[in-house]
Amino acid sequence: MSFDLENLVSDLDIRGAVLYYKGNVDSETITKALDLVERKLLVTREAPRLRKKVYNVLVESLQNLYHHSDRVPKGYHAARADRFGLVVMEKIGRGYRITTCNFVSAVRVKELEEKLTRINRSTPEEIKELYKDILNHQEITAKGLGGLGLLDIARKTGHRIDFRFKKYDNLNTAFRLSAVVAPV
Amino acid sequence: MEPIVIEGTPKTPSIRFDAKDGVFEIKGRSIPENSVEFYKPLNEWLDQYMQVPLDKTVVNIRLEYFNTSSSKCILDVFKRLEAIHRSKHDVEINWFYEEDDEDMLEAGEDYDSIIKVPFKMIEIVE
Repeated sequence: MSFDLENLVSDLDIRGAVLYYKGNVDSETITKALDLVERKLLVTREAPRLRKKVYNVLVESLQNLYHHSDRVPKGYHAARADRFGLVVMEKIGRGYRITTCNFVSAVRVKELEEKLTRINRSTPEEIKELYKDILNHQEITAKGLGGLGLLDIARKTGHRIDFRFKKYDNLNTAFRLSAVVAPV
Repeated sequence: MEPIVIEGTPKTPSIRFDAKDGVFEIKGRSIPENSVEFYKPLNEWLDQYMQVPLDKTVVNIRLEYFNTSSSKCILDVFKRLEAIHRSKHDVEINWFYEEDDEDMLEAGEDYDSIIKVPFKMIEIVE
């Protein structure tokens, strides 16, 4: 069987997921996903603080896919080659786990792995200071990107960011990122 | 100078900056994919206002959510306000956050520690 991004989430409860989506991640898709999750969180009467954290982490996770997914490898079946990704949001105990998968160019793997490892080794205080330092000093790109998304997820969740890579071919790697938002 | 007024959408905040009374407001959600595009006219308007600011400018930030891409653009707004404050004009930033929303309070505190303008943290109690 050929590789599919879904292979990376075979251990997750996709059927019982609050949100599951695989496909092109455009602005409209993000709006719809956020709207759906917001309504579900209201129906389940989650505490406002948890609801807000989940919404924030979902925004950053989806926009990470939008801005940072590399093109799908040649030969991989996708309706569109750019901005292709997968997202799963599951209820885990009293909190939520948000997982995203996408392709990254093999040349970006080392940098991404180092960045995530550094974040996971940092204390909450170090993450806060790093966030402020980047916010204040790093140049903003034309799209308004400043490399704060992963730090923000780490800061909002207070947990390690789980990540894994799966080599697709010599040029492309599949990437999975998971963050858990626990009740506070 | 004409005020800048922008209606809010599910992803962008409502904006009302009025040079007549010196009261500026950003309210709602700021989670667009391209925040630079959204904030560009706002910063251009502020560049003009900075030439002839009122003696006192009050800025009310009432955000429910904002993404990291907006956080940089909001800082750009604050840096312009800081320049006005440096030029010996009163500037006050009121940062509103909902009761128990510690993340929004912390975000305000981040800006307060970066920008040298009086910040007031105001809790909205439901």
